[in-house]
This record gives sequence, structure tokens and C-alpha cells, in this order.
Amino acid sequence: MSSAYIKAISYYLPDKVLDNAELNAKFPEWSADKISAKTGIFERRISALNEFSSDMAVKAAEKLFIENNINRAEIDFLLLCTQSPDYLLPTTSCIVQDKLNLSTSIGALDFNLGCSGYVYGLSLAKGLIAGGIANNVLLITAETYSKYINLKDKNNRTIFGDAASATLISTEKGICEIGDFVLGTDGSGAHNLIVKNGGLKNRQLPDIDINEDNVFIRNDDNLYMNGSEVFNFTAQAVPELVNKMLLKAKLSFQEIDLFIFHQANQFMLNFIRKKLQIPEDKFYLFLKNCGNTVSSTIPIALQEAILSKSIKSGNKVLLAGFGVGYSWGSTILKFS
Amino acid sequence: MELAKFIENFSAQFEEIDVENINKSVKYKELNTWDSLTVMSVQVMIEDECKVKLTSQEINAPSTLEELFELVKKKIVDNE
Repeated sequence: MSSAYIKAISYYLPDKVLDNAELNAKFPEWSADKISAKTGIFERRISALNEFSSDMAVKAAEKLFIENNINRAEIDFLLLCTQSPDYLLPTTSCIVQDKLNLSTSIGALDFNLGCSGYVYGLSLAKGLIAGGIANNVLLITAETYSKYINLKDKNNRTIFGDAASATLISTEKGICEIGDFVLGTDGSGAHNLIVKNGGLKNRQLPDIDINEDNVFIRNDDNLYMNGSEVFNFTAQAVPELVNKMLLKAKLSFQEIDLFIFHQANQFMLNFIRKKLQIPEDKFYLFLKNCGNTVSSTIPIALQEAILSKSIKSGNKVLLAGFGVGYSWGSTILKFS
Repeated sequence: MELAKFIENFSAQFEEIDVENINKSVKYKELNTWDSLTVMSVQVMIEDECKVKLTSQEINAPSTLEELFELVKKKIVDNE
């Protein structure tokens, strides 16, 4: 069975900045300092009105090709992770194949996952390589959650930002080898993080705002997140996921050099870090200038950890993604 | 669980500026960093350590930390 390696990662952030001062002007009850202290986020990037997941996916992939001198003709499979596709159909990856001028002989598909999406994408890419179906898989994550979020929704506007990432996974040796996986799913939490309208079950638009005491609670056209239920899920599921991953990889806690989790927000990450007793210097945080970018948080943090030399030769890095679904997954990367 | 251990676990949910002010008589809802996020982490801590589930309203009801501890103990007894 062929091994699978990550060869290169690049990411793209849209130009428009939403900073804490702007949020504070809109929601005066939260000071800019309090937002950054609690969430670890100073600004998020928001896609332009006419900028969609396919556009951002293309920008991230073009950056990947240029920054790493990659020949696009060698790509033989495209996986695109998005929950904010351009259309219900066709699948966004077909549009991206054309815009990127990739070969028409490649396989291409979208998969609909959020915060666990990057880990799942690595597992699919590894499977395609191990099965002899592809040699060079382009994995893209692209989300424009901002287009789902109601302008009056203080909580979600504070946390989420838009972004796209592109990763090349190959049979050829690269920066790290992709190890085993632990994956999990629990759809009983589906209603806690959801965009209800727009699919076929609830196609009607527009819906109305639901308020309580004049505070915006939800509108079924928009993203809804029950923060405390998602927090509870995360607090239980992630420590279990990490322990299962270590057991499967037959590694001790101490043998992991760096933990890179889905960058949900600093408060939640610190809670999980303390629960798992991970030392701060082994726990990578990167969300201050982009916020929670859903499936792009792990590749962004991973690339920043590589660039800042937080990952050294021979290191083992544990990735863990978790969220909407509920869905979760983990893998361990072994650096060359 | 003993009160001292409960206070230690409770303190772990706070940022450093507040930790030194935490004792059994502290009016915890008046602490600087007390907010809805802290309520969530206290909720999970109580569930993990004491195996009982308190709602956010129940966590916000008592005045002092010792009273919250008494509420948790009562919940444990009620569950048995």
C-alpha cells in the first residue's frame, strides 16, 4: 500500500476585514478588548458580495501552485470541502476544475463537512492514494459562512471568518506522512449547528427573525449555533478522540510534539487543553487575524506552525477536527 | 468531593486575575471574568468531576461559592 504525504499547503483570506472595534460599534455591550481576550480573535476576513467558495478555492489553489512551483497537469483528483457551495448543483469542484484549468481526466467531488472537514479530506486523499486511484490529490477547503450569518447575530459574527486552503497530497515524499485516522459521527446533535433553509426540506425564503427580549436568537435562513450544546459536545468528544487516536497509533501523550486542533475559539481550546493537560508550548493557536474559518482552521494553523518553525524535523503532530454534524476526526502527521 | 477540591476545580475555569480572589465566600457572579462562557466551563467541570448536570440557571442561582457547592452536593444526594 502506497504511503500518502502532504507536499504543500497554501491558504487565502479575503481582503475585507471585520475587526473588534467594528463589532463593538455595532454591539456596545462587548468591548473590543473583551472579545479578543475571550475568543483570541482580533479580526476576521469576510468574502466580498460577489466572491464565492469557488472563487476563494481557485485563489488558494493558484497560490499553492505558484508558491510551491507545482505543475497543475500532475493533479489527478480534486476534493473540495465546503458547506457554502456556489450552487445546490453542480458540485463546486467541477466549477473549480474548469477555473483552475485542471485536466478533464481528473476525478472531482465536493464533500459537505465543516470543522472536521480537513481531517476527513486527508483520510479520503490517503484512501484514493492507497487504492491506486490517484497519485496527486488537491484538497481544497473553502467556506463563506459570513453569507449565512445574520448581521444581528453577535455571537456568530464574532467567531467566524471566511477563508480557503489548498493542500497537495501525493505518493511522493513531502513535508510529512499522513498516519492512521480515528473518525466519529453523531447526528443527534445536527440541530445545534445548522442552516435550516435552502435545502429541499425547507426551501422557502425568506424567514423571520426570532428574538427574545429584543436580542436576536435565530432566523432559519441563517446559521444557527447553540453555543453551550456545541461546547458540551466538544468538551466530551475531543478528549475521547485524542485518547483513541493515541491508542490506535500506539503513541504516548509525551511522544506528540504539537497538537493542532480545529481553531474554534481560544476559550474553548484552552478548556480542552487544560482538560487533556496539554502544556501550552505543545498546543498551537492561530486565529487572531482570521477567526474560526471552519474547515480551513487546521490547514491555516498547520501552515503557520511550519512557517514559524514550531514544527521541527522528525516531529509528530496530532490534528483534531470537530464540530457541525456532529462530526469529528483525528490523524497524526509524521514530519520528515 | 471536598469543598477545597471543588474550589480548586472552580478556580481552574477562571483567568489569572480572578483566581486569587476565589474562596468559599466569594460572590462569584461579581468576578471580572464571569460570563456565559465561564458558566459553560463550570457546567462541564461539575458534570465531569461530580457526575451531576446543572443548568445555567442553577449555576447562576446561588450567591457564594460555598452555596453553589451545597447545591451540587444536594444534586448528588437527589441522584442517588
